[in-house]
Amino acid sequence: MSIIIKDLHAKIGDTEILKGVNLEIPKGEVHAIMGINGSGKSTLSKVIAGHDDYQVTSGTIEMDGQDILDMDVDERSREGVFLAFQYPMEIPGVSNANFIRAALNARLPEGEELDAVAYYKELYAKMDGLEMDRKFTARAVNEGFSGGEKKRNEILQMAMLEPKYCILDETDSGLDIDALKIVSRGVNSLRTEDRGFLIITHYQRLLNYIKPDVVHVMYDGQIIKSGGPELALELEEQGYEQFKPASV
Amino acid sequence: MEIEDISATTPEPQEIDQETQNAIDIDRATGDFRVPENHEFDAGVGLTPETLDYISSVKKEKDWIREFRHKALKTFESKPMPTNWATQDLNNIKFEEIRYYLANGQKPTRSWDDVPPEVMETFERLGIPQQERAFLAGVEAQFDSEAAYSNVKEELTKQGVIFVNSTEGLREHEEIFRPYFGKVIPTGDNKFSALNSAVFSGGSFIYIPKGLKLKQPLQAYFRINSENFGQFERTLIIADEGSEVMYMEGCTAPKFETTTLHSAVVELVALKGAKIQYVTVQNWSANVFNLVTKRGVAHENAEIRWIDCNIGSRLTMKYPGVVMKGEGARGEVVSIALANDGQHQDTGAKMIHAADNTTSNVVSKSISVGKGISTYRGQVHIPKHLKGCKNNTECDALLINANSQTDTYPAITVRGNKHVTQHEASVSQVSQEMLFYMQQRGLSEAQAMSLAVNGFVNDLVSEFPMEYSAELKRLIDLEMEGSVG
Repeated sequence: MSIIIKDLHAKIGDTEILKGVNLEIPKGEVHAIMGINGSGKSTLSKVIAGHDDYQVTSGTIEMDGQDILDMDVDERSREGVFLAFQYPMEIPGVSNANFIRAALNARLPEGEELDAVAYYKELYAKMDGLEMDRKFTARAVNEGFSGGEKKRNEILQMAMLEPKYCILDETDSGLDIDALKIVSRGVNSLRTEDRGFLIITHYQRLLNYIKPDVVHVMYDGQIIKSGGPELALELEEQGYEQFKPASV
Repeated sequence: MEIEDISATTPEPQEIDQETQNAIDIDRATGDFRVPENHEFDAGVGLTPETLDYISSVKKEKDWIREFRHKALKTFESKPMPTNWATQDLNNIKFEEIRYYLANGQKPTRSWDDVPPEVMETFERLGIPQQERAFLAGVEAQFDSEAAYSNVKEELTKQGVIFVNSTEGLREHEEIFRPYFGKVIPTGDNKFSALNSAVFSGGSFIYIPKGLKLKQPLQAYFRINSENFGQFERTLIIADEGSEVMYMEGCTAPKFETTTLHSAVVELVALKGAKIQYVTVQNWSANVFNLVTKRGVAHENAEIRWIDCNIGSRLTMKYPGVVMKGEGARGEVVSIALANDGQHQDTGAKMIHAADNTTSNVVSKSISVGKGISTYRGQVHIPKHLKGCKNNTECDALLINANSQTDTYPAITVRGNKHVTQHEASVSQVSQEMLFYMQQRGLSEAQAMSLAVNGFVNDLVSEFPMEYSAELKRLIDLEMEGSVG
């Protein structure tokens, strides 16, 4: 059981961003993708989630044996893909509690609804784990949240929706060290045998807290090197230059 | 989809029982039916002096009312269509093809048991008797030109509350209503107030005695059942000194092949220290011209609030107003308008400050879907000789599709420098990135759009009574279906 990406090419407008990505994220593993700005890391996360702006020109993405490229964004989500956004959107007037509840209700058969008491019990428990004040249930989604609060809110949603595969797009950006620890603890608590993670980051720092099983280096729309956690340290010390293909 | 705010300390959302919920469900599908026409009284097609005489005769009106009607007809005929500032679509109203008076009887019954079966069926399906049992102090149910049912709780009658239709109000309680009738909104205020003054029928005449604060709302339901018909109800509410009342009105009509006209005049008088809240949830079918004049006069330290939701209709023109005539008076308009494909919601507010230290507040939110057009027209007037007046105006528009339209025409006239006014306006769109975010959490595009729209109006929806706010959210969801994709 895994997400398997084969020879994935994708473009935005006329610009090709992904130029043949190959990647397998098995359940139970944490994979990290590192790379410089513009290498295609964030694009890869959006293409997996199904963002309309990107056109897949060739290649495949399979999740647990199922082709997901023809699925809409929301269908992929309900099938188990979760993307923690680098810049979570604000939704004015929609309370956090109602937003998450609507997302959970969307996973139930038509006509069924969540039990409100059980829902709040679970929500509060997970907020406590992320050290989120309960006033965040009534506040509009991400509106007026600090950077750290927004990222915690992403992890809260992830915890509530219980996805099969979690993609974290630069979740560490804009976090101070305390928030980074809390977010990492939240992610680590979700690490199970039946859940896979793809963590996109610039810096090795996050990987001190969320230990990856595999580290990939992305460059110019391709994964050019993969290795163990030591690869992240190597990158941190020596920079990305050494991995540039000789021809570039 | 529910999006009510739930505070952290109360995990369970406040529930209303199923009967109440069913009772307030007035969605388009529920309203889109009609029963066979069966009119004992029919003024025929077209508008002539004889039409007015017919209406006056069947109502057995006094001469002064008959004369009032005839004068109004002349005013109506002399006034041009306001197409110099309003939409040309007004020219598509064929006054000569409309039926101005259709009624089954002259006197509303006090008991649902005595309502004719087909009319009863209509109001049952709209849930009015159930609502009455659930949370209302009094109900009037108008079917075409006349109220079929009108009742107010007995204890309120004993305390001096009057809640009758216009015919009865002018005949049985002339001394109370005549001094105010046509004074807040004179016949010649606009072409449609003149039309209403000529052919008015039905509506609510309400008097709340001094110091009496009604705990439960009064409700009127206006139902159009007949094609090529014009509904011209006339409402006058007088809240005597220190009294309080909330009045709610709901409106529906079935889908007809031809256009239908609804043109009401609503006058409110809040005497010293009184408080009137007037709540409208209109859900007209898409061929109704809804041209309504609503205004209130607030005396010393009195307060008038218009809480208005406009969904449906082909064209709505409605600018509820408050004349703040006494020192310390307050006026407020809270309005939501949703213009779907082929609809034009031309709404706004008029705040006329006529005494010192008066305060007005206008909060308007509109949503344009597809080729729907939302127009906001605001008029705030503070003359030079006054002091200490305050106005706050906020109007926000949300555009759903690329071809949706919104226009804003605020006119704020403030003379003198002893006043505080504030005006904010915004136009926004539901961004693709916001939709992507919501869809990434598993919501379909339509669900995401509904949630975003409900979020946009959420702070205003909470101004409506709880029984209506749940229904409003559902109506918005219904309207948003098919707006995407």
